[in-house]
Amino acid sequence: MNPLIPLFVVIPLAGAFLIMILGRFIGELNKYFASLILLVLVILSIYSLATTGENLSLYKVGGWEPVNKIPIGIYMVMDGFTVIVLCIINVIGFLSAFYSISYIKRYTAENYFYALFCLMVAGMNGVVLSGDLFNIFVFLEISVISSYALVAFGVEKNELEASFKYQVLGGLASFLILYGIGFIYWKTKTLNIADIKEVFNAGYDKSYYLFVQILMLSGFGLKAAIIPFHAWLPDAHSSAPSPISAMLSGVLIKAVGIYVIIRLFFNMFAVSEGMSVLITTLGTLSMVIGVFLAIGQWDIKRLLAYHSISQMGYVVMSVGIGMILVSRGARPEIASLAIAGGIFHLINHAAFKGLLFLNAGAIEYTIGTRDLKEMGGLAKSMPATSATSFIASMSISGIPPFNGFFSKLIIIIAAIMAKFYLLALLAVIVSIVTLASFLKFQRYAFFNKTDNKNENHIKEVPFPMVFSMVVLSILCVLLSLLAFPEIREAVLTPAIDILMDPGKYSSQITGI
Amino acid sequence: MKGMTLIVKKTTQLIAGMVFMYGIYIIVHGHLTPGGGFAGGVVIAGSFILLILAFGSDFLNLVKEESGSTLYENLAILVVLFLAVSGLLFGTRVFFLNWFPKGTVGQLVSAGMLPLYNIFVGIEVAASILTIFLALIIFKEEISE
Repeated sequence: MNPLIPLFVVIPLAGAFLIMILGRFIGELNKYFASLILLVLVILSIYSLATTGENLSLYKVGGWEPVNKIPIGIYMVMDGFTVIVLCIINVIGFLSAFYSISYIKRYTAENYFYALFCLMVAGMNGVVLSGDLFNIFVFLEISVISSYALVAFGVEKNELEASFKYQVLGGLASFLILYGIGFIYWKTKTLNIADIKEVFNAGYDKSYYLFVQILMLSGFGLKAAIIPFHAWLPDAHSSAPSPISAMLSGVLIKAVGIYVIIRLFFNMFAVSEGMSVLITTLGTLSMVIGVFLAIGQWDIKRLLAYHSISQMGYVVMSVGIGMILVSRGARPEIASLAIAGGIFHLINHAAFKGLLFLNAGAIEYTIGTRDLKEMGGLAKSMPATSATSFIASMSISGIPPFNGFFSKLIIIIAAIMAKFYLLALLAVIVSIVTLASFLKFQRYAFFNKTDNKNENHIKEVPFPMVFSMVVLSILCVLLSLLAFPEIREAVLTPAIDILMDPGKYSSQITGI
Repeated sequence: MKGMTLIVKKTTQLIAGMVFMYGIYIIVHGHLTPGGGFAGGVVIAGSFILLILAFGSDFLNLVKEESGSTLYENLAILVVLFLAVSGLLFGTRVFFLNWFPKGTVGQLVSAGMLPLYNIFVGIEVAASILTIFLALIIFKEEISE
């Protein structure tokens, strides 16, 4: 058993409560504490990424061994796909926490902020590592409830309204998920994902199975803000403090939404053609509608939030194409290419969308507005913000040599090879519209001349903010290396293998 | 916040102690009978809430009590986490391992670490429910000022 696995949950959880206690005594130093905790997690997750490879490591919490090969305890599982998402969570988490050191001075109650931040990270790490349906739900609630509080952190009218909307829809999602878990438990008498797969393999009632699948898809779809379930996202992501927006858009919707959907629909449910066509359709809809909702926005963070819906659409569509091909059992090499494109875009989106939200935060920090019409000419006074946001904008619009180009290229190639010509065309069009809306962002925020009266005393943001933005922009360039075969083999292939082979995940867990 | 009449105060004084004891009973028998840390913690918090409702309290006292209960809450959850991590240090070195001697089934001191978990979860739940209650009152008082 790999002793590192529980540490991913224990360290941030203990950190959250230590911050609350230490905050009474050490005062100022407290704000570096959260960054320190997350730095440790970054090191752990990168170490895990380097060592996991093709292996699947299992952790039986409390040392409960299976009885007659039926797992009875809580299992934590770490495989190729898990470590990728763990790396995303902890790297973006560390950079956001470091960015907050200067940014969060505007708010009172910094201790609560860092404590909730660590709780959110603990919950997301738990969701990703859990091999058990009910623990996914518990950790999901930990991370989502702390995110409700963080969205409302400004306690102004807008923030409270957004948080309320988020809570209502999030509560609905949790209800659907718990209902689905209840139905699964009723039929299978087990909660372990691998064991559920084995029990369902032995035979099941078709309509019951479909009902459970729909419940799970709509529940986690609400968390992931796929298009018919997206109403809460633009409000919640634009009202939160900027480092939290970066966490929500860059990480939370992936870890508790997309990750769980991919994990459940590949590794728990049998891949069926009907479900995979539904998932692809939803993905395509979010990709197209999200971008057209985004282009008319003048509030930068709202614009970015709508783009999150659209970019997540790429991921879901691409993985859905992979699922369709897997369900037909034909041409596995194209299916693996499509899934690779989806996961690659998932990683890239975390980097550039995190960066864009941090940029938006930097602009808001200096000039105090989020309205594009009131900005202009910031390129001279804020060179670092301007340069990094240019990299991020080009990257999200798919301009070479940045990372977004390569992942979109892989997605489009996979769609063409799988003979989904319409989807490939839509992906190209959406990419062009994205470019248009980010050119608008660049022009109005950084290059447009305005009659800005206080242009002279606009300064570049403090060091911690610049540091986080520069690191993320370097990541935006470096992640395009994942397109090269050697690096892709090492990082993406283990994740794709575990998803592609329907029985591999469950047989490895129940077999150990 | 104002207190209530003498009759209510006297009755509450008589009852609150018993409610408190009952909560402790539920917690320490958590591994033997239905109930446990959560149920008992709620009952204990109930006894405090009864007293506050009956006797009333001024604003400053409430704030002090709230910061105290927050501290207890944080400490209790850290102890639970420490007990869980202690499994990594002893025995077969597994997170959440029950490495204490198990004792005889049915006795009060048995089941290894379970009573300890119950006690600290009880403190945690009692403190957090009290904190929520106090936070709501403080919020109401702040509005009325």
